[in-house]
Amino acid sequence: MNAPLRRVGVVVMILFGLLFANLNWVQAYKADEYRTSDYNGRVQVAEYDRQRGNIEVAGRAIGTSRATDGELKFQRSYPNGEIYAHVLGFKPVNGVPTGIEKSEDEFLAGNSDQLFADRVRDLFTGNDTAGGNVLLTLSRRAQETAYRELTRNRVGVDKGAAIAIDPRTGAIQALVSMPSFDPNPLVSHRTDAAGKAYEALEKDKDGPLKNRALSEVLPPGSTFKVIDSAAALESGLTPNSNIPAGPSYTAPTSGTPIRNAHPSICPESQVTLIDALTESCNTGFAQLGVRLGADTIKEKARAFGFEDTELTVGRLNEGGLPVAPSRTGEIKNPDGSDDKGALAQSAIGQNNVRMTPLQGAMIAAAVANGGSQMRPYLVQQLLGPDRTTIHYTAAPRELRKPVSSQVAQSLQQMMRSVVENGTGTNAQISGYTVGGKTGTAQAGEVSDDHGWFIGFVMKDGQPISAVAVALESAGDGGSAEATRIAGQIMKAVIADRGGK
Amino acid sequence: MTAPARPAATPTITGEMPRVRAPKTRRNAELALLALSMLVVAAYSATIEANMLQTVTLDFWLPTASLAAVFLGLHVVIRLRAPYADPALLPAVALLNGIGVGFLRRLDLADVAPAQRLGYPVFAGTGGRQLAWTLAAVILAAVLLFMIRDHRSVSRYAYTLGLAGIVLVMIPAVLPRAYSEINGAKLWIRVGGFSIQPGEFAKIALLSFFAYYLVRKREVLSLASRRFLGIDFPRGRDLGPVVLVWMLSLLVLIFEKDLGTSLLYFGMFVVTLYIATERVSWLIIGLLLFFGGAFLAYFLGGTIGGPFANFYQRAEIWLDPFADPYEKGYQLVQGLLGLGTGGLFGAGPGGGQPDKVPEVHNDFIFAGIGEEVGLFGLSALLVLYLLVVERGLRAGLAVRDSFGKLMAGGLAFTLGLQVFVIVGGVTGLIPLTGQTTPFLSAGGSSLMANWLLIAMLLRISDAAGQPVTGNGPGRPAGVPAGPPAQLHGAPTEVIRP
Repeated sequence: MNAPLRRVGVVVMILFGLLFANLNWVQAYKADEYRTSDYNGRVQVAEYDRQRGNIEVAGRAIGTSRATDGELKFQRSYPNGEIYAHVLGFKPVNGVPTGIEKSEDEFLAGNSDQLFADRVRDLFTGNDTAGGNVLLTLSRRAQETAYRELTRNRVGVDKGAAIAIDPRTGAIQALVSMPSFDPNPLVSHRTDAAGKAYEALEKDKDGPLKNRALSEVLPPGSTFKVIDSAAALESGLTPNSNIPAGPSYTAPTSGTPIRNAHPSICPESQVTLIDALTESCNTGFAQLGVRLGADTIKEKARAFGFEDTELTVGRLNEGGLPVAPSRTGEIKNPDGSDDKGALAQSAIGQNNVRMTPLQGAMIAAAVANGGSQMRPYLVQQLLGPDRTTIHYTAAPRELRKPVSSQVAQSLQQMMRSVVENGTGTNAQISGYTVGGKTGTAQAGEVSDDHGWFIGFVMKDGQPISAVAVALESAGDGGSAEATRIAGQIMKAVIADRGGK
Repeated sequence: MTAPARPAATPTITGEMPRVRAPKTRRNAELALLALSMLVVAAYSATIEANMLQTVTLDFWLPTASLAAVFLGLHVVIRLRAPYADPALLPAVALLNGIGVGFLRRLDLADVAPAQRLGYPVFAGTGGRQLAWTLAAVILAAVLLFMIRDHRSVSRYAYTLGLAGIVLVMIPAVLPRAYSEINGAKLWIRVGGFSIQPGEFAKIALLSFFAYYLVRKREVLSLASRRFLGIDFPRGRDLGPVVLVWMLSLLVLIFEKDLGTSLLYFGMFVVTLYIATERVSWLIIGLLLFFGGAFLAYFLGGTIGGPFANFYQRAEIWLDPFADPYEKGYQLVQGLLGLGTGGLFGAGPGGGQPDKVPEVHNDFIFAGIGEEVGLFGLSALLVLYLLVVERGLRAGLAVRDSFGKLMAGGLAFTLGLQVFVIVGGVTGLIPLTGQTTPFLSAGGSSLMANWLLIAMLLRISDAAGQPVTGNGPGRPAGVPAGPPAQLHGAPTEVIRP
């Protein structure tokens, strides 16, 4: 009986060996995965032991943590959450943060390598010092104006976005997506209630969680004519050069005639380039696009930032909120030649051309900044728990140079004409130079047209702000209302800067 | 009967059997190891207080000291009644038991708001109750050592014990659900606020019966056979009892909804059968029957549900715990996440959040402890269990009678298998089943049954360590001197150090 007893001993050792091997698998190999799992509440409790840093706009906290008596020691809260929701994002107890809460998570939580010195000090003092603070580029007045004007728009639209950029630096002055949401219920420590609130938002057909300013792509309509104009100017035309126009244009090989928004717009056979943009002459730009060719149009769009899949908006060195790429779409026949019908439609921002509001603002900003497009960003500065500024301060940098400064000057002149004499008069601000381009984009048979405005405001040759406003399915008067809202945002930026 | 612990008491045998050293009692080694165990438990308790109360209170040593007093009492009993017993068993088990009590007190503290923790009584809550259960269980073990002077005397009550075992197993199955079901497994007898797990005691009773039955039948079971594929298979009529136990374990699986207990009984029987007959064919038959049965239950659970649905569900959770992480898989997922969070070194005793895991004081205590002591600490616990099991098996190797060999081998293997089943379940190695973790889990039934098991192993190891000839101390007066009555296998007579 001893031989089998010994074998049983070996069997037990094998069984325990299996347990040991499996423990190694769970506690060593998979440990990191389990530790950081979304289902793991432990790390969150530890995370809530330390006060999370503030997210601030012009010295006022729009995301902050206050002490509680619960197991989780700090409750995140967002004063005026609805106004800043899409920039802030939110930091739920069970789940993944979004927005700046996500992109600056490590610094806010105090885990960032940059705060290593503070952690070492904690080891000796025994305190849990708070996480770092994030200072945003937003202008409070511009943001509040953008939110108010967008949500109380006069055409009864419930979806849209507005964004304002400082053309000289790329700093984002306002970023609003409509409909917005209140992030506070989503960060409740009662995770079931928070989960329900999130589900309700997620199921909402208007998509309030979506950041339309960065990730919604819409046909840009006539705002795309700024890109056509840039390409035309580079091909040797001047604002006063004549281009073919007319009441109707049918591209070769394509049966659908392109008309103007109103019979009174450019019925003559020739019109100057500046007048074509001022009146938003569809037939003129459709023919111009066909003449320039698909490659030229696509290339110019790319020079302004179309097709950029890498761009994020946050810090300038790493991370940030994701941005959907704007696209010009396919404008070629299968044999490689231009599909002229599609090209004519694309030239007036229809067909498969899609643009984010951010891209619209970046086009206007590049024009206003003498042809230099700055990389947009949201994080102005990272401040340590003790408000030291050594961690990060934004150093603006040029993203690309879509046009020369001469072409930019001409485009400024043409876009000013739009606001002074054309479709963009709603954006006029006395004492300031405002330029822009309206757009009305057909969104297919079923829904109403989208209303667009992209533009800039300058003073004494210095750009102050570049703004894009998009109103989804706004119908008649959509672009005029978008233009008015853009003007209000520009005024708010000017007021916030003390008139400069 | 006096001064039984003197090795010099048996000088006569050295002349006859020169290879056998004069037996040592090694009781002082036991005492030293026990002191070491208690030191570790005290350090564990202090660390818990330091982490959870931010200070070590003046009372931190009280539970440990109480435990130490209880175990010291048992040590004295062993000195008196089982002087030749294995000296590693008591300290190893005492350490496990002490860690269990400490961890349960730690869970009690976690339930109290941080501000009130300092004033929380030392002997309150689950931890205090576990301490009381430990006292009861150790007294029970001491009584067994006192009452049963020779393990062979147990065989006299084999049929009574066998019947009692079957009744104990079947009670929860036939009781209405309200009196027997906790967390989906019908393993309990619940009266008022009191619940016992009869299966824990049944395993010892059943094993006594198996051992007796197999000693009687081992000749016929091991000799009469047919040869097939180079392996000797038993005759059909000899399969009867095996099939009976197999049916019993499947009934447990179906009606008590518990794979673990079923696996435990069946594994216990097959292994004792194998030890008795030395025939590998029994293991093969046993494994085939068990896995066949389990697979059938899984298949039936997936198709027709009914009584098999529970097992099917558990198997599904095991296959992918993250498929339903908030509902069905919640417990296992939280246990795994706790283990993963602990990582190599753990969060430190009192530094983790084991209370995130449901049933952490019971089935999932291994995961809860693992979060705080890490892979290294859990490995140490596993080694402790392995030590107890292998020491038990060694007692089986050294003891001279077949019944003792079967008892020791069966008990030790059962303990090891139970650890495998629950730890394997908690760590996702095998489907989770509702077993207690021996000596760690909160609960009196498990603690008492397992301490009885240890007492039995101590008794058998004492018999194994006793001198071969002469009127050895502790031997009943009626048993004649000289070689024991039942001797099987030539090498077993010699104690190999």
